Amino acid sequence: MTILNEEQTMLQDQARTWVREQAPVSRFRTMRDKHSDISFEQETWGAICELGWGGILIPEQYGGSGLGYRTFGVVLEETGRGLTASPLFASALVGASALLLGASEDMKRAWLPRIAAGSSVVTLAVDEGSHHAPERIALSATVSGDSVTLNGRKSLVLEGIAADALIVAARTSGEVGDKNGISLFLVETNAPGLERIKLSTADARGYADIQFNDVVISTDAALAEIDGGFELLDAVLDCARAGLAAEMMGTGSEAFDRTLDYLKNRVQFGQAIGSFQALGHRAASHFMELELARSCVEAALDAIDDSQADMSQLCSLAKCQMGECLHDMTNDMIQIHGGIGMTDEFDAGFFLKRARACETMFGNQSFHRQRYISNFGI
Amino acid sequence: MTSSTDLDTFRDEARQWLQDNFPASLKDNRPQGIAGFGTKFTGDAKLWQERLGGKGWSTPTWPAEYGGGGLSPEAAGVLSEEMKAMGAFNHIGGFGIMMFGPTLLDVATEEQKMRYLPPIIRGDIHWCQGYSEPGAGSDLASLQSFAEDKGDHFLINGSKIWTSGALEADWMYGVFRTNRDNKYEGISFITLDMKSEGVEVKPILLISGQSPFNEVFFTDVVVPKENLIGEKNKGWAIGKHLLLHERQGIAGGGGAGGSTFDLEHAAREYIGMDGDTLADGVMRERIARQKMKANSFALTARRFNDEAAVHGPSAAIGILKVAWAKMNQDREELMIELMGNRGLGWEGDGFNREELQHVRTWLRSKANSIEGGSNEVNLNLVAKRVLGLKGY
Repeated sequence: MTILNEEQTMLQDQARTWVREQAPVSRFRTMRDKHSDISFEQETWGAICELGWGGILIPEQYGGSGLGYRTFGVVLEETGRGLTASPLFASALVGASALLLGASEDMKRAWLPRIAAGSSVVTLAVDEGSHHAPERIALSATVSGDSVTLNGRKSLVLEGIAADALIVAARTSGEVGDKNGISLFLVETNAPGLERIKLSTADARGYADIQFNDVVISTDAALAEIDGGFELLDAVLDCARAGLAAEMMGTGSEAFDRTLDYLKNRVQFGQAIGSFQALGHRAASHFMELELARSCVEAALDAIDDSQADMSQLCSLAKCQMGECLHDMTNDMIQIHGGIGMTDEFDAGFFLKRARACETMFGNQSFHRQRYISNFGI
Repeated sequence: MTSSTDLDTFRDEARQWLQDNFPASLKDNRPQGIAGFGTKFTGDAKLWQERLGGKGWSTPTWPAEYGGGGLSPEAAGVLSEEMKAMGAFNHIGGFGIMMFGPTLLDVATEEQKMRYLPPIIRGDIHWCQGYSEPGAGSDLASLQSFAEDKGDHFLINGSKIWTSGALEADWMYGVFRTNRDNKYEGISFITLDMKSEGVEVKPILLISGQSPFNEVFFTDVVVPKENLIGEKNKGWAIGKHLLLHERQGIAGGGGAGGSTFDLEHAAREYIGMDGDTLADGVMRERIARQKMKANSFALTARRFNDEAAVHGPSAAIGILKVAWAKMNQDREELMIELMGNRGLGWEGDGFNREELQHVRTWLRSKANSIEGGSNEVNLNLVAKRVLGLKGY
């Protein structure tokens, strides 16, 4: 379905109003200036949980509403507009997806209701190097009897400081670069030997490096088969990519709307600068790119909901096209605003910084181009 | 909305009708050409045209009272699925179906709809479009071809240019000046028989070596008054409205088509593989970019079509026209580049048929950003009508 249903339209209105009134970009600025470790405000996260958004993916039996990815995308688009700081995406989409797709019944019962209510934050710890490379997992997991010992380091884990538990991709066998030999474990962040290092990044979102020094967990903490976790990891990552692309769509749309407003209101040479074709045509081109990328994002979310065979390809398409479009839009947002766009007092910089962070997360444009074209036998 | 039970019933009916009426000789064997755009079919292809057009299923969603199928969009979707499953096809098309017919449905009198629509639906009339003139391209409203009001008829003098298919066309619809003192409120939308005395058609040879476009000259052409669509001097709005359907048509058809000789095929043949991947990594990335753009375009065309079915054609469609032109042109450029010096052939035995064809297609694609409203005009339209910017 390319058109929103009634329920989704109502949720869109609710989310748009809430973000505008309760979590606009000015709220993000306040949060940034506090320099807190978790990089969001508990009050904002509490309000989101009261709205029930934490349970959008989670079935009713585990305390959620089970509305699906396209519906979640509608909300993420709005929080993306406000650059709203919260663990909603990392926990209620990525963490919940991992558990829904791979956890045992006991694990689901233990964690999903808490994710839905917002009382626990569960996030994914996958990358270790400077680039997204899910098959290049090196963090070692040594299985002995029914216990597993983890050693290694994860880098730039989203909401890593706020997390109560991590879904950790670890290597149980094989070499770095092998798809076989990767396993996923749920690790609580209070486990002895687990150390978190807060990272301060340009986009001011919550990230941490996580060091594992002889962290011992039970084999019951495994999602999917030991050694056979890559397929699950890839599926979870696809959900994350499509969800993040939905958030980026909101960020891009807001950057566009603000720039368009400026084109209409900024007067130079006695006329609104938007009346100059050099600028008007650029605005129309950005509009075009946003529309093209939007179709990809919506198609990817629908593909996850409908378990389509081309889901993975569409998720790469969505992440790449949205990334390209957001990249260009945020650059031009600064350029079109001129000097004011360069100041910290003005919000344009927030959009630029958020854009680059989102682009690199779960695979940048180059990663997804390579992944997409590998389907065509070249 | 049609209920799913109704759709199931319709699916059975459609399948049965296709089984009874679609000639077996044509199964997965579509003849070249389009009825209503230059092709006069014979034999079974003609029989199928008569049956399909007679049933109204060449235009499944047009109202039945004018000979259309009278189907809901959902039922039309079912019909299309059933036709595909049976190896059947719709070979009736052209400007009448893509643009003139939908415009008539929106603006014409009952009498005019009864007169023009049935032959369009049957594919009996090939319509061409008289819009551009030598002095009126992007600024179309500056057109000068004059239709002088002679009381019981118009007398037309002037010329049109870039008229697709005019050489074979039976009729023309177009915009003509009926008042020289008012640029926009001095244009009328008029149809004329291409066999009328004083109509002369001259093909234009293009850089591709082909002549899809023509010049059309009018010298004292007599056109009956009843051929006026809408009111006199009020034709500009109709002319513009028709262009929305043109862009919608591009959106609808633009995602499809293309030969099986695609970019990855050309890359394998002309560049070669290094193990599992293309030997040229830069080219591989560029092909990826191109294919992803095409994928995003096809998804957007589908989305805009779904939205248009609910809300009617939108000015935002102009953006899709620009995206389509860019996608096509970039694709053809990349194809020629992949082919290397094999992408330079013009004619003769030194090059194979595919190679020669690609050179012509590449050159033809240069018109994509000019025809149907240039990129610059479409960007102006979007800036003004969709984004609400002033000064366009």
